Amino acid sequence: MNFEYSPAPESIAIVDIKPEYNLFIGGKFVPSKGGKRFESINPANEEVLSHITQGTSADVDRAVKAATEAYKKIWSKMSGAERGKYLFRIARILQERAREFAVLESMDNGKPIRETRDTDIPLAAAHFFYHAGWADKLEYAGVGEKPKPHGVVGQIIPWNFPLLMLAWKVAPALATGNTVVLKPAETTSLTALLFAEVCQQAELPSGVVNIVTGDGKTGELIVNHPGVNKIAFTGSTEVGKLIARSVVGTKKALTLELGGKGANIIFEDAPIDETVEGVINGIYFNQGHVCCAGSRLLVQENIKEELLEKLKRRMSMIRVGDPLDKNTDLGAINSRAQLTKIRELADSGEAEGAQRWSPECSLPNKGFWFPPTFFTSVSQAHRIAREEIFGPVLSVITFRTPSEAIEKANNTPYGLSAGIWTDKGSRILWTAQRLKAGVVWANTFNKFDPASPFGGYKESGWGREGGRHGLAAYLRGEH
Amino acid sequence: MLSTRSIKTASKLWAIDTAISMIDLTTLEGADTPGKVISICAKAIRPDPTNLEVPHVGAVCVYNDMVKVARQFLDSSGGEQIPVAAVSTAFPSGRASIEVKQRDTEDAIANGATEIDMVIDRGAFLSGNLSKVLTEIVCIKEICGDRAHLKVILETGELVTYDNVRKASFLAMAAGADFIKTSTGKVQPAATPAVVLVMLEAVRDYYQLTGKKIGVKPAGGIRTTKDAIKQLVLVNETAGPEWLNPELFRIGASALLNDLLMQRMKMKSGQYSGRNYVSLD
Repeated sequence: MNFEYSPAPESIAIVDIKPEYNLFIGGKFVPSKGGKRFESINPANEEVLSHITQGTSADVDRAVKAATEAYKKIWSKMSGAERGKYLFRIARILQERAREFAVLESMDNGKPIRETRDTDIPLAAAHFFYHAGWADKLEYAGVGEKPKPHGVVGQIIPWNFPLLMLAWKVAPALATGNTVVLKPAETTSLTALLFAEVCQQAELPSGVVNIVTGDGKTGELIVNHPGVNKIAFTGSTEVGKLIARSVVGTKKALTLELGGKGANIIFEDAPIDETVEGVINGIYFNQGHVCCAGSRLLVQENIKEELLEKLKRRMSMIRVGDPLDKNTDLGAINSRAQLTKIRELADSGEAEGAQRWSPECSLPNKGFWFPPTFFTSVSQAHRIAREEIFGPVLSVITFRTPSEAIEKANNTPYGLSAGIWTDKGSRILWTAQRLKAGVVWANTFNKFDPASPFGGYKESGWGREGGRHGLAAYLRGEH
Repeated sequence: MLSTRSIKTASKLWAIDTAISMIDLTTLEGADTPGKVISICAKAIRPDPTNLEVPHVGAVCVYNDMVKVARQFLDSSGGEQIPVAAVSTAFPSGRASIEVKQRDTEDAIANGATEIDMVIDRGAFLSGNLSKVLTEIVCIKEICGDRAHLKVILETGELVTYDNVRKASFLAMAAGADFIKTSTGKVQPAATPAVVLVMLEAVRDYYQLTGKKIGVKPAGGIRTTKDAIKQLVLVNETAGPEWLNPELFRIGASALLNDLLMQRMKMKSGQYSGRNYVSLD
């Protein structure tokens, strides 16, 4: 018998990665004032892709100035309908160049091409289309009859969905009339820099979008810059807290989208095969680098064995490897630092007495890889049940009654997402009402739509992104 | 996701030949004549008369009264190893008394059928009379004994929901089916990938429970090589690779065979052939 799947790698000829990149300020790529360059590598093979600029204080200053000028002279004076046209244009260009973005994102981030092609890029375009439609209808956004933009918005985005998170931030900001200084994560700047080209191609007025690359220090400069009127951050709770501290006492508005430890709750009457697919999607999608991942599996004790058997079988079918191969289900971990963190937490799970399981799978020699993994015999007190791992690691916890499931699900400082699996509609509603989570999925997981607001309770964040609620975060009502 | 697994070169050639050997080459028309049946039997033995490397198909599937014609022709023309499958039990609607269905089955076996494709009583199933459905299958299974393989047609297009498909699959397996089959080919939708997935999950779970391997036969709507390969990927990643053989997976089809043959020729010669380079039936 010979039924091996053949490698089907996407060609990288479509992308044109420059050996080094400048900053995108005032509609042009400009060299940094005093900033050094750092390497950006492909996490799947550790090859250097390009050299990115570390934005300095002078650079952030220039970017904020360009954004302020664009806001005062052009963007705040333009009608909503006109702004909408630019957003439509950007959305269409993203669609036209979707393949290029998909390949580049996969190379830069390590995620499988199947996901960038089918999820990241189409959703990013969808966010621009959705917000383009809002641009001339802001009086219906629910923040008063004449809502006003904040002005210059500083946006700091993470490395897990680089272009998509950019879209979540930039699209509503532009639709509502704000101008932007955006900093991508230092390991994944390339699609943001390609997006800068899209802004040029769309002839977006200079200075409306500025992209300053760099690490956390550059982010800090943006947060603390007096010319910035609002900060929008997606990333770790730890950094989110630092930002909240520095913004407190200023007039800056703030939205935070932080970590999570989502509970995926499986009741005994759940449709089991569908549930297994949902569990897989919940934790192994995007290598588990998902803030709303279903990283805690809360399963009713009487179906635990059956579910785990099926889960093991299904996990053995996961194909780990070359992210650019369209057969690949699980790609590379984004960075060495993240891999170290995942390993450290997984080891702590074993040390604390939980049992580890992974299917047999061969990992490539070069690059950063972690096999799909789950832990059983996990108790609420274990670190792997409490801390966000941000990797393909699932903690399996059992419960006996629906109320115990709720208690365990809510017993976390986070509150971003949760999943409910049951055949019974009334149980879905009963459970969803009691969960302290910003988004609750029923009999599905990781479903996103620009019209649906997303955000967290407790330490998972402030404010919402997407939908009408997300717009409100970029507008000031008449107070 | 599974529909985009890449099957190329050696795997594709293997998949094409395997798919050919899994086909129940079918003609089920009111207008069937001995001539037509003999013609598909000849094709079943040598799908590509210009290339004898091409394997023969899994079986020939005909109406009851054509079983004898098919068997005789196969036996006299080098097709002894190819079984004849008969659609029995008042196919396709199943609307007859159990006595008639039993007689129908007896008839088919007496004429040389070694595979019986029976239909379940969908009316009984949908009205909640599961015991009637079960009893009928048990009854027909008794007649088949070790003389014939029993394939149970669920007619998923009339059961409509996936819950029903799974329930009917288990019912049929518990009653003694050797195969569960999606459809008669007379009702749309027929063998959709989702329905086949549910049935493959059912046989996988039944195997885990009982240690017995039951076959699956999608029928109706699989017309292209691409469709057939997608089905094989589904089998591979759901029931598992041990199901990838004609003993446990069959495809009920007629037009599919020619598409497989054309793809096979293309892979061997590097050139696309035309419809006139494969025989009509």
